[in-house]
Amino acid sequence: MTDSTSASKGPLAQSATLTTRQLAWFAGLIAVGIFIWLVFAQWPDWLKGLLISKKAFLSAILNGLTLAGLYFLVASGFTLVFGLMRNVNLAHGSLYLLGAYIGYEAAELTGYWLVGVAAGFLVLAIVGLIMQIVVFRRLEGDDLRQTLVTIGISVVAADLMLAFWGGNTYQILTPDWLSGAIKLPVVTAVRSNGTEVFLVYPFYRLVVLAAAIVIGIGLWLLINRTRVGSMIRAGVDDRDMLSASGVNVHFVFAIVFALGAALAGLAGVVGGSALSVAPGEDVRYLLASLVVVIVGGMGSITGAAVGALIIGLAEQIGLVYFPTYGVVLTFVIMVVTLALRPQGIMGRSL
Amino acid sequence: MTDLASAGRNTSLPARSWLERIGTGHILLAVFLLIYPLMASDFFLTQIGGYSLVLGMIALSLMLLAGYGGMVSLAQITVAGAAGYTVAIFGENNSGIYGFGWPWWLYAPFAILLASLMSALIGWIAVRTEGIYTIMITLAVATACFYFAQQNYALFNGFPGYNGLRAPEAFGVYWRDPVPYYYLCLATATIAYAAVLYAARSTFGLSLQAIRDNPRRMRAIGFDVTAHKVFAWWLAGLIAGAAGVLLVWFNGRISPGTISVGPAINILVIAIIGGLRHPIGPFLGAVVVVMMQTFAIDIVGAERFNTLIGLVFLAIVFVSPDGILGLWERFKPRTGGEDWSSFVKGRSDKTKT
Repeated sequence: MTDSTSASKGPLAQSATLTTRQLAWFAGLIAVGIFIWLVFAQWPDWLKGLLISKKAFLSAILNGLTLAGLYFLVASGFTLVFGLMRNVNLAHGSLYLLGAYIGYEAAELTGYWLVGVAAGFLVLAIVGLIMQIVVFRRLEGDDLRQTLVTIGISVVAADLMLAFWGGNTYQILTPDWLSGAIKLPVVTAVRSNGTEVFLVYPFYRLVVLAAAIVIGIGLWLLINRTRVGSMIRAGVDDRDMLSASGVNVHFVFAIVFALGAALAGLAGVVGGSALSVAPGEDVRYLLASLVVVIVGGMGSITGAAVGALIIGLAEQIGLVYFPTYGVVLTFVIMVVTLALRPQGIMGRSL
Repeated sequence: MTDLASAGRNTSLPARSWLERIGTGHILLAVFLLIYPLMASDFFLTQIGGYSLVLGMIALSLMLLAGYGGMVSLAQITVAGAAGYTVAIFGENNSGIYGFGWPWWLYAPFAILLASLMSALIGWIAVRTEGIYTIMITLAVATACFYFAQQNYALFNGFPGYNGLRAPEAFGVYWRDPVPYYYLCLATATIAYAAVLYAARSTFGLSLQAIRDNPRRMRAIGFDVTAHKVFAWWLAGLIAGAAGVLLVWFNGRISPGTISVGPAINILVIAIIGGLRHPIGPFLGAVVVVMMQTFAIDIVGAERFNTLIGLVFLAIVFVSPDGILGLWERFKPRTGGEDWSSFVKGRSDKTKT
């Protein structure tokens, strides 16, 4: 019975999907058009009544984009590790925080911010390497126990970091060439005497966004254009076949875990310079990574980018327009994604 | 189906008296727990006894899901917290908002019901995916609920939460006094424990375990996999909700700190340390963790307690995946443990999914 209905519906369904795809393109174009108009036009009063002010709206969008960049940096490592090893690393937030602290120490010691960034990246790469070799290789194939171990590690790590760095809030200082604000060529309002007020935004945050885009492209190139990348992709598809064809799977695993941890550390330094470094941040960024990869799709770098964009924007827009319910918005996005597409937007079917 | 299952059970247990069915271990344990107040000080009665039973119950709800359903949840403390916040809002509190002043016989069942519904809702979200995803989704739910409760002042009174939640005075007894509170926890825990044991052997429990081992096959022979899992979540919610009400009476307050990520992980640690194979495991784990919390402070200091508990947890995960129960299983004298060990074998086969 099911067969006959699906057969009779076949051609109809196909034409329906075609039109829905066209509709989606059309709707997308209109949305982009409206957005461009929102950015560049002068807002009429009714719109200001609706969205507070153009400045608030654009700042929320920009904050959302930069936050999305940060979330992407954290979540890409998480999703990379999961995609290859089926290892849900719940200590990923701890890696972020450790990277931030190490970056802070290195930058304080040498006086160079870039040294801090490099230290966060490299030290965490080594930490990730050690974690993979000492801990996770022993528990291969038992994903529940691996996850439990990461929980244990996160508990111990949070406590030890609290012991070492205390409960204070640190701020990694950005160098002069990155600080300050720049004027964007977007008019937010016109004064009564006719002068135009331009949108002013911290330069460093735009750099974060740019860095995330560059790193995202770099990751994409690494995975799609290099030999190691092709090993990683093959490992995601069929780990046993990859090892049967003579590739040292453990070597690939170690590289990926080191890279994932290093990205978390890098995000820690970059994020710690934009915001602050304090105990509890690990949980915040763990939650962000979880939601980003649940929404975007586990194991997909593109998915992490899409998820980060959605969650970052939702969080900042929520913060401006319904302050105490911002978390709910994030949560609703997650639930809706799970209900409609359990594997995530870019994820492959389970 | 029902006939087959019950027929099989009747032949395997031919006309045993109820005393035999309960087992010597259970009777000894029950006697010890009943006379425990005679030998324990107030501190040992409430801070160790009552508190362990409450935490054990929350971990029991996790054991029900993880052990029989294969769904490891990190949101059990969130469910308990939902019951706690319901008590605060509908009962009486000192925080000056809400506190509708419902009597205890109304708000306690209502809180448990609401918590169980929330648990079913979380379950319904979590069972959209399978396996290791459950742990991620429930952690995300638990963290989101924590941040929401912390930010929202309209409903949850934000960071301070609710204070001055008194246990009821009923039948001439103040139920937060050490001895009544202990017996109240003991009675609730016993009911929950017996219910889980019974549910595990019922048709539902057997189907749930079959779904854990092979959801595809169960779906193919016509079982509604999602419904079974969500029902298990609802049952777990009843237990966690009851424990949540007791927890609020114990603490006298509820705040976002009660449902933050630390306590959520703590429940998992308790369940894993105790062992997920038998409903007694979570209670064992709770006693161990509470004792460590109380006495390890003298050894490592209150500051570094989390490091200690984390290391113990890591050791257990590495050495004995079945927790203390697994250790006991490994080192106990080998007499007549055949059916027990076959059960273990079945479990260890399942872990390789």
